[in-house]
Amino acid sequence: MVGIVVVSHSERAAEGIAEIAAEMAGDTRIEPVGGDGKGGIGTVPDAIEDAIDAAAGTRGENGKEESDGDADGVVVLVDLGSAVMNADVAVELSDAEAVIADAPVLEGAVNAAVAATDPSATVESVREQAEAARDIEKL
Amino acid sequence: MSEDDAGAAGAPAGANDEGAAAVAAVEAVAERIEDERDHLTELDSAIGDADHGGNMARGWAAAADAARDLDDPDPETVAKTVGKTLMAEVGGASGPLFGGSLVFAAGELGDGITPETAVAFAETYLEKVEDRGDARVGDQTVVDALTPAVHTFKKSIEVDDLRPIEALAKAVDAAERGVAFTVPIRAKKGRASYLGWRSVGHQDPGATSALFILEELLAVAADRLDVEVPETDASSPTIPDDDPDERTDSEGD
Repeated sequence: MVGIVVVSHSERAAEGIAEIAAEMAGDTRIEPVGGDGKGGIGTVPDAIEDAIDAAAGTRGENGKEESDGDADGVVVLVDLGSAVMNADVAVELSDAEAVIADAPVLEGAVNAAVAATDPSATVESVREQAEAARDIEKL
Repeated sequence: MSEDDAGAAGAPAGANDEGAAAVAAVEAVAERIEDERDHLTELDSAIGDADHGGNMARGWAAAADAARDLDDPDPETVAKTVGKTLMAEVGGASGPLFGGSLVFAAGELGDGITPETAVAFAETYLEKVEDRGDARVGDQTVVDALTPAVHTFKKSIEVDDLRPIEALAKAVDAAERGVAFTVPIRAKKGRASYLGWRSVGHQDPGATSALFILEELLAVAADRLDVEVPETDASSPTIPDDDPDERTDSEGD
């Protein structure tokens, strides 16, 4: 199963986006991460790396084992600017197979969550669906 | 082997000496950035969000503490520790750019600090900054200071066979010219790029920080080698016939 990480400058924004995406996500692992680690706005690469590892199942928080072992990779959704760079650093540091989706963070996370419920989903198929969210028109 | 060839910018020296020199360099950078905090913030308030001085000062102070706490470190460990600390402590884009690049370039110092590893370190660092920031020369970023510095350092070592301390002095001069170059150009990356043409006429804070860091590396290297900082500039007296990227066995014609 493909895991999802939601990165935002705001921890609460990341949690809220993950909450919305989880509605559509079945038992997909969605890990929110954000904030500067001191209660302020920002992102920290180490924290993002931990979230990637948790979403990949290599560092499960509740110790629950997936029946088919680790996740089939992780798709990372990010908000803006330095969050993208910090996510990029985290992807390189993590041993998990992870990619950043070039997509709006909320719409992309929802699309990714839906795509990840497909039993044949891969990192690429989930990323593709997340990036399709760039074309969503609202009016 | 003369005293000039040992220590921070030369080989061979014990890993302990090199590690101690690396820690001293980090401490010097932290002190300098703290001294320049208001200056950097002033530069950033003109074209950014006025947080560069504070962010960098906080990050480098934490990095100096972390480096000091290392037990008998080698240069690779110092560089990695400083990079990780900067990533965690410096907010905004400077964390991944200054710190993240350092974490990855640190691997080039696995065999200690020699002219060869120093060039590899510098090249890897520049490459990471360019990739991460998706910035090139002329975008009014730290790349405008780093690129001439790294190119000049590499050429001074590989083509001109200068001593590392002289190559570093030339690199500092090149970085200074790079910082000056950021003034009359328009920002294409980072928050300053939102200003469009209004960014013209302002010196880039990130490039300025990079210059301060290089100046301190040079000062610490000269101090550890117990030599004067060489008076030099980045220009070259001759046109070389040897391209370090296309070395061949033949002499050419």
